[in-house]
Amino acid sequence: MATKASRSAARLMMAPAVVLLLGWMLVPLIMTLWFSFRTYLPLRGGDQGWTGFDNYVRFVTSSAFWPAVQTTLIIVVGVLIITVVLGVLLAMLLDQPMWGQGVVRILVIAPFFVMPTVSALVWKNMFMDPVNGLFAHLWRFFGAEPVSWLSDAAMPSIIMIVSWQWLPFATLILLTAIQSLDSEQLEAAEMDGAPKLKQFYYIILPHLGRAITIVILIQTIFLLAIFAEIFVTTGGAFGTRTLSYLIFQRVLESQNVGLGSAGGVYAIILANIVAIFLMRIVGKNLDN
Amino acid sequence: MARAVTPRRKLINTGFAWAIGLLIFFPILWTILTSFKTEAQAIASPPIFLNFDWTLENYGVVMERSNYARFLWNSIIIAGGSTILGLIIAVPAAWSMAFVPSRRTKDILLWMLSTKMLPAVGVLYPIYLLFIQMGLLDSRAGLVIVMMLINLPIIIWMLYTYFREIPVEILEAARMDGATLREEVLYILTPMAIPGIASTMLLNFILAWNEAFWTLNLTAVDAAPLTAFIASYSSPEGLFFAKLSAASTMAIAPILILGWFSQKQLVRGLTFGAVK
Repeated sequence: MATKASRSAARLMMAPAVVLLLGWMLVPLIMTLWFSFRTYLPLRGGDQGWTGFDNYVRFVTSSAFWPAVQTTLIIVVGVLIITVVLGVLLAMLLDQPMWGQGVVRILVIAPFFVMPTVSALVWKNMFMDPVNGLFAHLWRFFGAEPVSWLSDAAMPSIIMIVSWQWLPFATLILLTAIQSLDSEQLEAAEMDGAPKLKQFYYIILPHLGRAITIVILIQTIFLLAIFAEIFVTTGGAFGTRTLSYLIFQRVLESQNVGLGSAGGVYAIILANIVAIFLMRIVGKNLDN
Repeated sequence: MARAVTPRRKLINTGFAWAIGLLIFFPILWTILTSFKTEAQAIASPPIFLNFDWTLENYGVVMERSNYARFLWNSIIIAGGSTILGLIIAVPAAWSMAFVPSRRTKDILLWMLSTKMLPAVGVLYPIYLLFIQMGLLDSRAGLVIVMMLINLPIIIWMLYTYFREIPVEILEAARMDGATLREEVLYILTPMAIPGIASTMLLNFILAWNEAFWTLNLTAVDAAPLTAFIASYSSPEGLFFAKLSAASTMAIAPILILGWFSQKQLVRGLTFGAVK
């Protein structure tokens, strides 16, 4: 098999990727850690020395922190519930025999390819605008007062926009998983007279378990970091300031790098907790 | 799963699925339709669906006013450049891990994946600072590098899963015939791996094209791609629906078309081979 020469050649071939990623991870990480322990205000006196854990304490005790955590959780959990539940239903529907299956699949997947700034802006203006938006027309048609979506119902609106973007992802992965289900199992259950609901509960759902877990983990990592959707629509106002957006504001808008970096460290820890679970599943898959 | 069903059942499935598919696609369809309306028709009440005077005027206005071509060119350079650079670095790495695995290969792969989980906002300022110091802020080169680095783990993973499907026996046979390492990679592996490499390229191009954290935060004028171009329509220009639609359509059309070709690979690429 692999000779000694090919082993060292292999190591050499891996080196650029490993070195680059190591640098990409370590350099900014160490800098963020460093800044997080310092009073650093680039526009107001620059680096003013060590403050120990002050930034960490100030970040969690600021009045914006808990609302931001709450907002983040509501968005992540809300979008997960919507996309996973609808994704399972939609995947099961798309798995049924029908005419034009390929076209329907394309229609369903399309939103995933729309860049976040476009989807946020199209929803914000063309659908949710309280005067000329399509929803406003619709509401008026039914004799209702049009809603100022992004100010009066900002959170549901953001959750809706983000769910629209991620539903295709969940559907596509769950559909791939459903298609690998052995149809004989279902046929056998059918013949034994198992009702549809029981078939779903005892055969389809367990089979989808792993795919659902993966969808949840991957989406969580991306959803914790959503940025453009908030940047373009509300700019963090009306209770839509997530943890990532709060950190962004601390660092770039109010230029309090020390405080923002401490927030960044919290975000990194949070993301890593989710990542550990994802890695375990992916790692297990690598073995077989 | 080709199950036998009654035509009636199939008809119900079809109607239901098409209705939902069109509902999900509707915002995109509506944007495309609106881009061909005049501004007055775009906000007409009740909304006009198809029976309007089709016009290309908005496209002309958008291109003229906002220098669309430059944004488009930046997007192409950033997405294309980062993809090519990423492949040059990833192909050898994925190759060596797939064909000369060591005890640590699995750990290295998982570690690479973990760098993808690092929240961008956590390292925003260091990158911003480094970019200023290296003169990379608002430069295409800087964004090519960042896009390459954030997508490198995905590229390596995708290639790795494709390479692993190539039977090792073929390589052994080539070695017996005295092929060198270089020949082995060039003449045997590469041709077999081309479909995998192509779909990796496609997915990576799409991801880089749509990326909207670094592109918004690290560009201003010179290197701003289409994501930033659209964000500039945030207000109050965004209230010109027809022009906003034309700009949006131009930003998403290339990727929608590419995306439809890559839907199968998407699953593999985004789940790191965990769902196939």
